[in-house]
Amino acid sequence: MMRKEHAKLNPKRLLQDNSVPLMFVVICLICLPLAGYSPSYLLNELVTRMGRNTFLILSLLIPIMAGMGLNFGMTLGAMAGEIALILVADWQIWGIPGIVLAMIVSIPISILLGVFCGNMLNKAKGREMITSYFISFFMNGVYQLVVLFMMGPIIPIMHATLKLPRGYGIRNTVSLLNMRQQLDNLLAINVGGVKIPVLTFLIIGVLCLVIIWFRRTKLGQDMRAVAQDMEVARDAGINVDRTRIIAIVMSTVMAGFGMIIYLQNLGNFPTYNAHVQIGTFSIAALLVGGASVEKASIGNAFLGVILFHMMFILAPETGTTITGDSMIGEYFRTFVSYGVITVALIMYETKKRMIKSQTGHLLALAQKEEEERAK
Amino acid sequence: MDRTDMEKTLENRDLMARFSFAARFGLPRTIIAGFVLLLFIMAPIVGADLTMQIGNVINRFSWNAVLVLAMVPMIHSGCSLNFGIPLGIIAGLLGGTLSIQLGFTGPVSFFMAILLATPFALLAGGGYGWLLNRIKGGEMMIATYVGLSSIAFMCMMWLLLPYTSPTMVWGLAGKGLRTTISLTGFYEKALANFLAIPIDPANGLYFPTGTILFFAVLALAVWAFFRTKTGTAMTAVGSNPLFARASGINVDRMRLLSVVMSTWLGAVGILVYQQGFGFMQLYMAPNNMTLPTVAAILIGGAAVNKASIAHVIIGTILYQSVVTLTPTVMTAMIHMDVSEVVRIIISNGMILYALTRKVKGGSK
Amino acid sequence: MENNNAPLLEMRNIKKDFFGNQVLSDINITLNAGEVLGLVGENGAGKSTLMKILFGMDVIRETGGYEGEIRLNGQAVKFATPFEALAAGIGMVHQEFSLIPGFTAAENILLNREPTKRNIASEIFGPRLDTLDYKAIAERSAQAIQKMGVQISADMVISDMPVGHKQFTEIARELSKEQLKLLILDEPTAVLTEKEAEALLNSIRSMSAQGIAVIFITHRLHEILSVCNKVVIMRDGYVVKESPAKEIDVPEITRWMVGRKVEAAASAAEVRKFDNAPTIMSIRKLWVDMPGETVRNIDLDIKEGEILGIGGLAGQGKLGIPNGIMGLYEAGGTVEFEGKPIPLNSPRKCLDASLAFVSEDRRGVGLLLEESLEWNVAFSAMQIQNKFLKNFGLFSWRDERAIHAVTNKYIDELQIKCTGSRQKAKELSGGNQQKVCLAKAFALQPKFLFVSEPTRGIDVGAKALVLEALKRFNREHGVTVVVISSELEELRQSCDRIAIVSGGRIAGILPASESSEAFGALMVSQVI
Repeated sequence: MMRKEHAKLNPKRLLQDNSVPLMFVVICLICLPLAGYSPSYLLNELVTRMGRNTFLILSLLIPIMAGMGLNFGMTLGAMAGEIALILVADWQIWGIPGIVLAMIVSIPISILLGVFCGNMLNKAKGREMITSYFISFFMNGVYQLVVLFMMGPIIPIMHATLKLPRGYGIRNTVSLLNMRQQLDNLLAINVGGVKIPVLTFLIIGVLCLVIIWFRRTKLGQDMRAVAQDMEVARDAGINVDRTRIIAIVMSTVMAGFGMIIYLQNLGNFPTYNAHVQIGTFSIAALLVGGASVEKASIGNAFLGVILFHMMFILAPETGTTITGDSMIGEYFRTFVSYGVITVALIMYETKKRMIKSQTGHLLALAQKEEEERAK
Repeated sequence: MDRTDMEKTLENRDLMARFSFAARFGLPRTIIAGFVLLLFIMAPIVGADLTMQIGNVINRFSWNAVLVLAMVPMIHSGCSLNFGIPLGIIAGLLGGTLSIQLGFTGPVSFFMAILLATPFALLAGGGYGWLLNRIKGGEMMIATYVGLSSIAFMCMMWLLLPYTSPTMVWGLAGKGLRTTISLTGFYEKALANFLAIPIDPANGLYFPTGTILFFAVLALAVWAFFRTKTGTAMTAVGSNPLFARASGINVDRMRLLSVVMSTWLGAVGILVYQQGFGFMQLYMAPNNMTLPTVAAILIGGAAVNKASIAHVIIGTILYQSVVTLTPTVMTAMIHMDVSEVVRIIISNGMILYALTRKVKGGSK
Repeated sequence: MENNNAPLLEMRNIKKDFFGNQVLSDINITLNAGEVLGLVGENGAGKSTLMKILFGMDVIRETGGYEGEIRLNGQAVKFATPFEALAAGIGMVHQEFSLIPGFTAAENILLNREPTKRNIASEIFGPRLDTLDYKAIAERSAQAIQKMGVQISADMVISDMPVGHKQFTEIARELSKEQLKLLILDEPTAVLTEKEAEALLNSIRSMSAQGIAVIFITHRLHEILSVCNKVVIMRDGYVVKESPAKEIDVPEITRWMVGRKVEAAASAAEVRKFDNAPTIMSIRKLWVDMPGETVRNIDLDIKEGEILGIGGLAGQGKLGIPNGIMGLYEAGGTVEFEGKPIPLNSPRKCLDASLAFVSEDRRGVGLLLEESLEWNVAFSAMQIQNKFLKNFGLFSWRDERAIHAVTNKYIDELQIKCTGSRQKAKELSGGNQQKVCLAKAFALQPKFLFVSEPTRGIDVGAKALVLEALKRFNREHGVTVVVISSELEELRQSCDRIAIVSGGRIAGILPASESSEAFGALMVSQVI
């Protein structure tokens, strides 16, 4: 089937393709006056959240490129990052060295988890997303086993401040006070009352460059090939399973780094549920930026983080203004996160089916044409 | 020549399958069954009261069995595991809250709740089934998120809907439903008290005859349904949709019907659960019901596209045994309460096992 | 040691059987560098199997390998995988495209053989992190296109290309391999327009001039004559004729292709005439969108009580006719049955009108593999005609006893080999599965039966039984039967008339007593 050339300029198509981001622009515009925040507060919040979340969202790009859909298993990387932070906190290495060390420690854990996840997904081709979704839940159980029971008796934890009073297992909150925003504050500049964490943004920028560069490598090309047709890629001699595992490992490692950046900004973390929602929120943000299950760009990630978190900041206050109940806004943003993922998944599946239903129509036309020629 | 060889290998495999318990039952299932057996053996050794434990398992079985039964129609028709069961649960919650709001009390309120939940279940199930027919092949992921979004949506609704019954709304604000509503005086133990047989009355432990009977009636109805012409067609749709279509079956209609059935059973299931548990939990709580339900039927021996009443019963008993026994037995044995972790690992592990097994035939 | 005097390729005494079913016997083929060999034969003659052996395809090894010897430049070779064949200089363009739809032609031509540049990361992590050298990719793909001699745009995305250009992209990909000495083209012109086909022939000539040998498989016989040095004709697993292209013509090739088997000739069907019988089904302007088997503008009248055969080469559309009428694939046009129009695209309406269909896709459409034989046999009749149900007033249940009885009846009648009526359908052999499919159709007691490829993939004994059962069903119950089959001899033995589909149309209808050659000529008459 020939792709229509003028499709790119069609305003209706343009509107359709960007319907999700546009919807969010509208939501934010409605909420903006109702929430009644000052512009500088808003901007400050937004910049902070961009620095905090963008790296995590970017970690989703590689599996999408390899045709494995939205990697709900990025939570595994987040867990690896948390374990690394707990260990580094116990070793009392603080500040930038602590952050760097945590990143280094997280790498082998992420690779291990990524290889596990990749192997599972290779056994569940065609339903990667639901499988990665449950892998993240499964690993959450393993994470609890490790952190709640093994840390102390098996994995040495020296400092009692980290441990539960019973002598093993980590407390419900891990304080990273001595690491708090160290990355963000180094090289930070203040523009009109808005603090800009230059170093964090630089790191994010470097990651973007790495992703752009990676697309031009042999491995990136292989991933794109595997994404489109595994059979053809295999016939051409590409090791499909290995390529897919590498994609997941890369994503997991990046998610680990992302989580460390995220948590150093917050300054402490709830040990057992910091990672629970991170997958949903990162994926929702990416989709809000206009990405789909099979196509996502760096631009989508940035647009998504801005729009999604704008909504996140505005929703509770707007909800309170309208209904007098602050919980409404909280629930609204949860609803929107889930809703946007639902819509994206539905659009992805219906699109797959639409392509098929065109050919019959064309055949009927061809026959008619032929008859007319015969006359 | 080769064919006789093949027949022979087939026969051998048959024999092996017949004699090897593990092969027929599946490895993880065997492990879990062994684990449960071990728990039961260890229970008296570590000093737990076995009668009480068994009584608890029976009670928890009676709460959950209908919910697990709600998986069956959709699995039969090939819509795979019903991760969208929160939709049915929400219909049940609407029925329950409405029944209380309208002032029904005692066992009557239970049956009114089912009655009031039914239109919601049919409506939600219809819409949900329509959606699932449009996204064949991607059911599980979308079902999961449809469930999650509808839970989040209902969270707002529980706050906004004009409920006024003082037993349900927040005392101070006078509006917005509470997160947990006690059902004492309404349908708490509405079924369980019917013909209840005392096991350990001192600890309030009774054999919930009524609930078990209620489940038996529903299970029988489902079983009977699958022997009718429509039920047979539904099974065929799940087994091979192309075959069913070539035999003149309206595949979409069968799937829709199965989704409506599952959703209605889900609604009834949560009401049965509540009458046993004694509380109604709103807001994010329905989310916690999905995993145990799906895991239970898989542990019982169901596959992504095959399930029977036996799977429901075995699975619910095994799963609830794990949930009931691990805290007491494991804690006594290793002095750590790993029950929650064990539960998470077993239920998710079971789902992962089902997802990563090769499925032959099917759409892809 | 390379022997310069040895021919490029020698295949000696190649034999192959699939589980006792001999598909190739004593094949000897010799090919010199730069020679173009035309390989022709009906579907199932063994051409594809032979090429699969040469190309080292997995399926050959999995089914027990082959006998005989292949020599390349005088040296014996045995390829375990296609990659080894590729390394030895053999390239193959398959009938099915093997292209990445979202990549450009250039990216596809050099897929997994992209020229790369090294960088710091790749020094550390290995060559997969080399950056792609887009300039070199463009250059090398341009060279390959040049070598092919047909102009296609290297930076066009495959999914935007007309189908012919996809075919050329595949050929260019093979030509881009430096070591290429022998190129196998499996029906490359099937998807090409006339102009494109002409361009392809020119490109084959230019490859040959560059010293590349070509094995060219096609059903378009005049192409063979215009481009090949040598023609090899296969039938039933034998090479029946080898001749220089100059010394043979199209009618003679056709004759060799379909030439009647000696043993089959003895049992030609007793042909009945139905000229005065009423028309039971009349098909007008039917089009069917069945991928790979599309047909259009089909006009066909079927007489009551006859057995009509529909034959033709694979991919020409014969399978589209029953699948379209029975509503399994999208179709248009009008179909009248017993004077009443049958709505298309609705399997239910067809079954209600007492039509039945035995699908060629046994495992996909024909059977509930996971269920018992009882279910398979009784299901359609139960759903369509409310048979095998026991009424209990408010509801009705499956009548297990009646189902059991009818299944056992057909197990006896059709001699289905099984352990019992409760055995699962997937555990039966192909032939017995086919019989179950027939039983399913018989249980519907139809007035009209479509049977699609009834003998595909089943052994000789079962074949005879299946055909006999169909004949008996037709004779004893007066059921009109339409048999669709790729095997002409089979149709000639069991049918009264045979329609041949070629190029998505009915090329002609002849009495089954007509000579094989006449049918052969029809088969290749409008091949696309």
